[in-house]
Amino acid sequence: MADAPTTPSEAPEVEPKERHASSRLYYAVLVPILSVFTALVLGAILILITDPAVTGAWKNVFQAPLAALSATWESISTAYGALLSGSLGLVEIWKALGVALSGGGTEDLAVALVPLSESLTTSVPFIFAGLAVAIGFQGGLFNIGAEGQILVGALCSVYVGYSITGLPWFIHLPLALMAGMLGGAIWGGIPGLLKAYTGGHEVINTIMMNWIAIILSSWLLKVGGPMARPDLPITPEVLPSAQIPQFFSTQGNRFHAGFFLALAAAAVIWWLLYRATTGFEIRMSGANPHAATYSGVKVKRVWVMIMSIGGALAGLAGTVQALAVDRWVGVGFSGGMGFDSIALALLGRSHPVGVVLAALLFGTLRNGATRMQSVARIPIDIITIVQALVIVFIAAPEIIRWLYRLRQPAEDLTPTLSTSWGS
Amino acid sequence: MTAITATSSTISLAEQKERRRAMIYGLFFLGVAAAIFFLFVLNTNAELVSTFKLNPATKQKIVEIPPLKLPSRTTLIILGLLVAALGVYQMVRRFERVNLALGVVLLFFVAAFLVWATRGKSISLLGIFTFTVAAATPIGFAALSGVMCERSGVINIAIEGQMLAGAMLAVVGSSLTGNKYIGLAAAMLVGGVLGLVLAVLAIRFLVDQIIAGVAINIFSIGITSFISQRYLQPIPELNSGGVLPKIAIPGLSQIPLIGPVFFNQNMVVYLLFASVILIHFMLWYTRWGLRTRAVGEHPRAADTLGINVFKVRYINVIIGGMVAGVGGSYFTIGSVGRFDELLTAGKGFIGLAAMIFGRWTPLGAYAASLIFGFSDALQAKLQVLGQAQVPIPSEFLLITPYVVTMIVLAGVVGRTIPPAADGQPYVKE
Repeated sequence: MADAPTTPSEAPEVEPKERHASSRLYYAVLVPILSVFTALVLGAILILITDPAVTGAWKNVFQAPLAALSATWESISTAYGALLSGSLGLVEIWKALGVALSGGGTEDLAVALVPLSESLTTSVPFIFAGLAVAIGFQGGLFNIGAEGQILVGALCSVYVGYSITGLPWFIHLPLALMAGMLGGAIWGGIPGLLKAYTGGHEVINTIMMNWIAIILSSWLLKVGGPMARPDLPITPEVLPSAQIPQFFSTQGNRFHAGFFLALAAAAVIWWLLYRATTGFEIRMSGANPHAATYSGVKVKRVWVMIMSIGGALAGLAGTVQALAVDRWVGVGFSGGMGFDSIALALLGRSHPVGVVLAALLFGTLRNGATRMQSVARIPIDIITIVQALVIVFIAAPEIIRWLYRLRQPAEDLTPTLSTSWGS
Repeated sequence: MTAITATSSTISLAEQKERRRAMIYGLFFLGVAAAIFFLFVLNTNAELVSTFKLNPATKQKIVEIPPLKLPSRTTLIILGLLVAALGVYQMVRRFERVNLALGVVLLFFVAAFLVWATRGKSISLLGIFTFTVAAATPIGFAALSGVMCERSGVINIAIEGQMLAGAMLAVVGSSLTGNKYIGLAAAMLVGGVLGLVLAVLAIRFLVDQIIAGVAINIFSIGITSFISQRYLQPIPELNSGGVLPKIAIPGLSQIPLIGPVFFNQNMVVYLLFASVILIHFMLWYTRWGLRTRAVGEHPRAADTLGINVFKVRYINVIIGGMVAGVGGSYFTIGSVGRFDELLTAGKGFIGLAAMIFGRWTPLGAYAASLIFGFSDALQAKLQVLGQAQVPIPSEFLLITPYVVTMIVLAGVVGRTIPPAADGQPYVKE
């Protein structure tokens, strides 16, 4: 490339390069949006075909076609309506805002803001965990162990949070945060070490670490267990000096300072990946470990580092959730969060900004799905299905391109991982 | 000290490394011997006897074997001394096949653990072995599914999801029709469908095989939990498929020890035996097997010889999915008779470790599955003895298979080499 002759063809060469850059951005935005949209449509179809009212109405479609259509609309609007009002509640906010502006007091507004702020609150651990998976992808490693790392991080931080007494908050809180990070870093670092020095595949090892964490937590947290309360299978409450403060006192509004910590973490990871030498080494190891080794990068050390940083981030996800929102840990604390983080890291193209946006989206979906479950009685697992579909569409953009008749992009953006078991 | 440095220049670096490795093994063996002594011998009274029953609890027409009565402490001391002797030999003379010695040492340790755990009590050794064969079944199917797929060069990490879906469809199919064998067929079918999905994503769309597999796993978790909450919980009749009956194979089941352990099981277990033998035969003695291995080792060369790489991979991955689906049926109609969310508990991944441990061969994979099954059986049976007898939280024993999996993957017990084109998509030029 470098020694290519500079001949008259200079002018046309600039044009494809620029088109390349714009198409890259175009696909980085368009394909994820269409993936989520398509997955939600498929989710809607699943809701419809499992709704007896809808299937019943469609059996008589020739006698009463309108009834079938209205039952369909009814089912879908109830479900996704609940999803929207439970996650954003914009209509309620608008109404309450009107009341507040006309001098009717701000109490309604405070209540109306709860769904939106809960969505942000739900997003916080997703940002951390998504970054944990994303930094792995950047370095060519697949960290499926966020779930275990979240759990271990939360347990460590909560232990420090309730067992050490008499410390002022500016020592106790950082100590608890550090404990959570350390726990996660160890839990992620072990598969990293095994990957680097024995070739044990990180996918299986992180999954094994997940199960070990889950089984250990069930031992620690069973009634009478080492970390449980005498009467309940949960840890004691974290002392106020180790709690992350919440901003509002409204019932059910748990928006907390951890949100800004998460954004700061994303900024740090962005800086690390794109502005620091370490990040260059990480991305190089991910792009081509052999070339990286050849040019003097200690790939094995980078792998251990990636998994430890990832583990620390996932540990923080659990820590922040435990110290700010729940204030204790019970069995099943991290259920499903590991999978969410994989989907959103892929959705965010493993870029910190993308991860934050994807985490906000998934936080919103998860939060809304809780409402959808209580109002429309649709199992929250619909979100898990939607996520699996999102992963498929992101990983196989050809499907999306075919569905929406898009052009072929100049470059493939999906991450490729080292897929062999050995070395 | 000076003598060592003087000789070190004459012997090669590799030899030095080899010696250090041998030394570490020897020290490890001695450590195990010390563990047997300090953990078990010192905690056992001299007059206690460990009794191992070798007859099935239910009366069968087989030759009675008297139970094995071992004086606990003496047996422990003998086991400890044997391990110590192996350690000393390893340090002085070095074993030619050190992995075999390691296996023997670990076997003795497990035996010592069992003798200690049953001190003054009795336990049915036959029961443990029977449970082992049963518990190894889903792992064996998973490993076999992995062998099928990876021999053709496609990594199937979706086994867990295929088993989960198979487990659900087995119970639903058998509940709906009242015929458990239709449930078995349904499990096979859904596994095959998910295998097809993996094949299409990996072969047609060239999706990274691990990402595709993880997506299928997540999808499977989502859809089974969704269906479970939407249908199985409100309609319990859908989730009561019953359990496949045990079938005693005439003749074979009357062999002492082996008969009750292997030949008085249910249909899923026999299907595994048949699949292991069949796939072993197919892989090594048929044209299909040769093609599969060629495609897994060097797809381009295979293609040049006129083998349809894509077709071979599609067929293998679909069959692999079906095998995993049947394995899933063990969790429901093969054992407990009902579906619960996430009931596969990582067995699909443990199966992959068994496949690696078994060096991508059906027989080896099944042997490795038995080891994992044994650790499951140990956990289940030792719990019966009670906390006073075995003062270890049962959760710690529950962790064993996962830890063993990680140790196996680390290649501590011998290095393994996967098929050369494992995980690499094939693009025709």
